[in-house]
Amino acid sequence: MSHRSVSDKPSFQRRKVLLGLAASAALALPAMGFAQSPATAKINTTKLAVTDTEVTVGQLHSATGTMAISETGSIQAERLAIDQINSMGGILGRKIKIIQEDGASDWPTFAEKARKLLESDHVAAVFGCWTSASRKAVLPVFEKDNGLLYYPTFYEGLEQSKNVFYTGQEATQQVLAGLNWVAKEKKAKTFFLVGSDYIWPRTSNKIARKHIENVLKGSVVGEEYYPLGNTQFGSLINKIKLKKPDVIFADVVGGSNVAFYKQLKAAGVTAKTQNLLTISVTEDEMLGIGGENVEGFYSSMKYFQSLDNPNNKKFVAEFKAKFGPNAVIGDVTQAAYLGPWLWKAAVEKAGSFDVDKVVAASPGFELKSAPEGYVKVHANHHLWSKTRIGEAQKDGQFKVIYESDLIEPNPFPKGYQ
Amino acid sequence: MPSLSEFGAIFAMQGFNGLSVFCVLLLMALGLAIIFGQMGVINMAHGEFLTIGAYITYLLSKLTTLYAPSLQPYYFFAAIALSFVTAYIVGYITEWLMISRLYKRPLDTLLATWGLSLAMQQTFRSIFGAKEVSATLPDWLMGSFKPTDSIDIPINGLFMMGLTAVLTGVIFLLLFRSRWGLQVRATMQNRLMSGAVGINTRKVDRSTFALGCGVAGIAGAAFTTIGSTGPTSGSLYIVDTFLVVVFGGAQSLLGTIASAFSIAQTQSTAEFFLTGSMAKVLTLSAVILILLMRPQGLFAAKIRK
Repeated sequence: MSHRSVSDKPSFQRRKVLLGLAASAALALPAMGFAQSPATAKINTTKLAVTDTEVTVGQLHSATGTMAISETGSIQAERLAIDQINSMGGILGRKIKIIQEDGASDWPTFAEKARKLLESDHVAAVFGCWTSASRKAVLPVFEKDNGLLYYPTFYEGLEQSKNVFYTGQEATQQVLAGLNWVAKEKKAKTFFLVGSDYIWPRTSNKIARKHIENVLKGSVVGEEYYPLGNTQFGSLINKIKLKKPDVIFADVVGGSNVAFYKQLKAAGVTAKTQNLLTISVTEDEMLGIGGENVEGFYSSMKYFQSLDNPNNKKFVAEFKAKFGPNAVIGDVTQAAYLGPWLWKAAVEKAGSFDVDKVVAASPGFELKSAPEGYVKVHANHHLWSKTRIGEAQKDGQFKVIYESDLIEPNPFPKGYQ
Repeated sequence: MPSLSEFGAIFAMQGFNGLSVFCVLLLMALGLAIIFGQMGVINMAHGEFLTIGAYITYLLSKLTTLYAPSLQPYYFFAAIALSFVTAYIVGYITEWLMISRLYKRPLDTLLATWGLSLAMQQTFRSIFGAKEVSATLPDWLMGSFKPTDSIDIPINGLFMMGLTAVLTGVIFLLLFRSRWGLQVRATMQNRLMSGAVGINTRKVDRSTFALGCGVAGIAGAAFTTIGSTGPTSGSLYIVDTFLVVVFGGAQSLLGTIASAFSIAQTQSTAEFFLTGSMAKVLTLSAVILILLMRPQGLFAAKIRK
């Protein structure tokens, strides 16, 4: 499993990269003095780490700690995209060099590493973060230093920054399409909302509740939150049995997620008798939960590994060629893969690595080679995307049974706050 | 509006849930009750010994699926045994290399075992990858038992109850009815005197610590039926484990049982009438209040210092 070399030897690699950087800087300085390349001066007016042959970017995820479970896929996807761009000749004739930093599942560490990447490495862009907490921690750094962050996770919305591009869905894109589908196809009227107790599930469920009550004219018969890491769901399951909702709407995360589905199954709550729609189970989570424990439940995501289109077939094949035949690709992994491609396109359109010019060139760009099919960058820095409903299969994959139209990102939804 | 019989069914299932949470808490705390309770060693790596059991179960499930699919329904028993053996051996080595040098410095043990837990987590990550894995559990273990139409009793809950009862019984017999248990208790009460009457106290220490770790391994194997298997899964249990042992009164096995029972019932009942997070707040507040009034825990130690 080659991803181990990425996740387990960060310090060694980092040292090597740093040495390389020091060496290249030492070489580049005199070269610039005597034979200054006009090209580099033209495409980089803000002292970014761009030379005549290379452009340096940062990668900032948790390779160690609790979040390594989730972030490993994003690290791999971004590497794959960057390798592919390099083998096509790089960006504006420059190969991309990666400095990988480990946020170590600790939010202050994320901020510190972000500062390091921007202020001492002068990277042209950063691909990174996963949890909202880590993004919130680095946001002030990116805004102060005018950096550029590509953030891959589906998240709660309510944020928009000049310095961030959000390549995952914001909550309304993911939640509303899923609820509409279940209301129409399953004639669902009553919903039980279950989540882990932090900002993303609470915000998503708030949006869900407003939509259920105001638009679908249904009712929410229960809304429950459990602390992160909770492993006992027996009482909750009994409450669900008492309320008999048409649909359980679930956004439980982490180790709790596994416990929740195993205990649902053990209590006799399966897809045969109960509809369940989740926005927190991707192929990555299925590895831990076990396909047999979620079989038949529905997940609302913009991407599933099983999506049937030529872009995705190519992407899945390349991903497996690089990271092993058993590698799985979840929604966020695909969104992370989009980051470097969107950045490349914007840089080429702007004809410059300067952050302001790249940001200005981004809106309106269409990426037709995206594995999810098609995305377009919105002026609010989120992506237009489609939402799919996947039915969980025993083998850990999803069967895509519904696909929405292209949905406009709306991070500050009126009437849902 | 649900009918009266449905309320009855929910009541029955909720009662069972309380018992099943009790068994889970007791199972995770038993190993620590031996290590912390009997030896006074604050083992912050207890959760990682649970994780060893979980990964052994995962490995065996992989192997049976690959080489002997016909044994799939039964591998779980072998997994429990092998989990015990593996965790016992790792515990034995840990005591030898680390803990035995720190008996006179209990607070340093806290730091050292915490470091050990981080090192073990990273080892799991290096061997099995950062992502969570899932053992394919035997079908008979994952279903539910339906005595009536509206009652579902989880079979893994029943299994866990049986396992907890057997394990508690065995530990009780070992500690209080066996020659070895006598030596353990003698050593913990008065190390010098025990040495003087010919007990090899270093050997006793080593096997006691290893036994506690082995029991944690069994719990870890059992928890694959209800929870996750990942490098940091052990950290999900560590807080509750210490809570149960400290609340029960560290040196008392009966105290640990009583404490697991009362915490489980409070938690399970509060979860039903309040929300999950509020139930946790209520349980923890109650524990803190009682510990304020009874710092020695529910059952006071009857050991002369």
